[in-house]
Amino acid sequence: MFSRREFLMAATATSALLGSGMAGNWSRLLAQQGLTEDLLLGMQPKGNLTLVHITDIHAQLKPIYFREPSINLGIGDVEGKPPHVTGADFLKLYNIQPGSPDAYALTSDDFVNLAKSYGRFGGLDRVATVIKRIRAERGEENVLLLDGGDTWQGSYTSNITEGQDMITVMNALNPDAMTGHWEFTYGEDRVKEVIESLPFSFLGSNIYDSEWDEPAFEPWKMFERGGSKVAVIGQAFPYTPIANPRWMIPGWSFGIREEDIATHVEDARSEGADVVVLLSHNGFDVDRKLASRVDGIDVILTGHTHDALPEPVIINNTLVIASGSNGKFVSRVDLDVQDGKIAGYGYRLIPIFSDVITPDPEMAALIDEVRAPYEAELGRKLGTTESLLYRRGNFNGTFDDLICQALLEERDAQIALSPGFRWGTSLLPGQDITFEDLHNACAMTYPAAYRSTMTGQMLKDILEDVGDNLFNKDPYYQQGGDMVRVGGMGYTIAPNKDIGERITDMTLLATGEAIDPAKDYVVAGWASVNEGTEGPAIWDVVESHITKNPTVKLPDNQSVKVVGI
Amino acid sequence: MTLTRRQALGLSAGAAAFLAFGTKAGLAASDATEAAIKAFTGGAMPGSGKVSLDTPEIAENGNTVPVGVSVDSPMTADNYVVAVMILADGNPNPAVATFNFSTMSGSAEAKTRIRLAKTQNVIAVAKMSDGSTYMDTKEVKVTIGGCGG
Repeated sequence: MFSRREFLMAATATSALLGSGMAGNWSRLLAQQGLTEDLLLGMQPKGNLTLVHITDIHAQLKPIYFREPSINLGIGDVEGKPPHVTGADFLKLYNIQPGSPDAYALTSDDFVNLAKSYGRFGGLDRVATVIKRIRAERGEENVLLLDGGDTWQGSYTSNITEGQDMITVMNALNPDAMTGHWEFTYGEDRVKEVIESLPFSFLGSNIYDSEWDEPAFEPWKMFERGGSKVAVIGQAFPYTPIANPRWMIPGWSFGIREEDIATHVEDARSEGADVVVLLSHNGFDVDRKLASRVDGIDVILTGHTHDALPEPVIINNTLVIASGSNGKFVSRVDLDVQDGKIAGYGYRLIPIFSDVITPDPEMAALIDEVRAPYEAELGRKLGTTESLLYRRGNFNGTFDDLICQALLEERDAQIALSPGFRWGTSLLPGQDITFEDLHNACAMTYPAAYRSTMTGQMLKDILEDVGDNLFNKDPYYQQGGDMVRVGGMGYTIAPNKDIGERITDMTLLATGEAIDPAKDYVVAGWASVNEGTEGPAIWDVVESHITKNPTVKLPDNQSVKVVGI
Repeated sequence: MTLTRRQALGLSAGAAAFLAFGTKAGLAASDATEAAIKAFTGGAMPGSGKVSLDTPEIAENGNTVPVGVSVDSPMTADNYVVAVMILADGNPNPAVATFNFSTMSGSAEAKTRIRLAKTQNVIAVAKMSDGSTYMDTKEVKVTIGGCGG
């Protein structure tokens, strides 16, 4: 991130504009005056080797708004430790000035005003510029570009092309390796077909053939860069067949399998690796624990939990790097390798301010080309929002409130359940909601919106189960994601308690009555992992709702009470 | 349309698991498990070490959970592993498999798949040729799933 001097420059230049309440051209003006591409990319180089990390792009080809969470609780040993620090605490921890570009990039504080000043993030044409500049500065033969996965899913165009738009664009960026998670929701056949066509390696040390219990993917690969031998071990999301439909990938089994990683580290070292990198989709807390238990990993490029941290977290001599999501950041890790050891490092989490970084013209053209067949549909206006729409947060997000509202009304249900995904972009008050925006929040290969009856006990069991996936004190039992979002029902949660004891006071909001464990309730939801789930696609449900209610204004959601924190 | 709970929730381990998954397996073994271990060891509760159990932290499919066990032993005539018992603490009949070894086995390793109806401890007990016994315990969680990031 910014050095102190750089930061002061930027802050001085921008302070006059903050709180002006003006939107539109201000962001570009601000960019021209204060922030510059050189400022965003500039860092003191270190050593000969550079790792460039991007992860969890979720198919966002174009610049977007993305609000970071205001609540991201850490449980047990990681309570209050990054990335479980948000808002003012985050700014204090990393010595970031409120209202500064970094504050806007890394926290949710004053998000709407800052978004109007600083504009959107990302766009793979901007990312291409950054990567090209790093390669030019450091020398192509000294740079490794690594993609942490969740790249092919998360937009209308990726869903309709089975990830092909992203594959085409990412291939043009020329990565050296990737691993995956949502990639697998296109099914075994599609993933195999794509991997055969990729001009780089898809690594997955923890993916096994489920019938023969043998490794099914290339686990790691040795690269020669910057005069060093660099081993990259790939780790796909360990709970893909649990958090996503197992029936789509029946031939593959996953898991954390840390002993396999330890074996690969040993093998890599014995084959002369100077540097060992884990390209991981484990999630931050899982990687933090793994780094403490598996020796000899120099760098973990972590993903899945969508955290963006301006400094590495160092665990057991391992640098753990968290590079955010949705194309909002690119990480640059410079390594000074001496005698097979890391003698020093430099790090910069580069926020991709889309108004500051010049789009790479070739990449911009390619992105327009892959989107062209769908452009008219993508831009179709469905309504307008008066509320800030976002998703990140442990318990709810306004975009999910909208989805739950649509489920309740369109499916005539008492209670709505919407999964606690961490992907999905943000919309500012006053913005149109386009077809593309809606699909950014729900594009996936198992979108059926079911309508069912469940007993109060079942609802409680679901909340307890998901709560334990999020708040289990042992990170190896966490699956990432956030609490399932609930419409029509309120509850109290005590994250620090054990499974079965976290959820109390479940209340049907329509009547104020307590949920009866023995009684049946009509429940609507989407994204069931079960084969054969029936119902209309969630985007059709929400589009129909917005069409009938074209001005979205959401009340403050106070239906979840958090206690014991 | 009315979905069964299994259809709606992606419960891989069957309805019984769903009703019971909220109960976390405790550290202490059930009476039936303890009795089965003692019957296997000849009355002693085993110490820790030597035997290592390989299980997933969270089962992908409770109906068929891969379980591997290996015991650190030279497998020579005067020092070898006689047998390894696998137990599922939440099973009504906890002893699910026993593997017998001899010096001819070369190494004491085995893999199998077991059914787990709910979150519980899986235990491996190794009996050595000198009569000493060792055990390893791992909790395997059986979950609904469905909400990954």
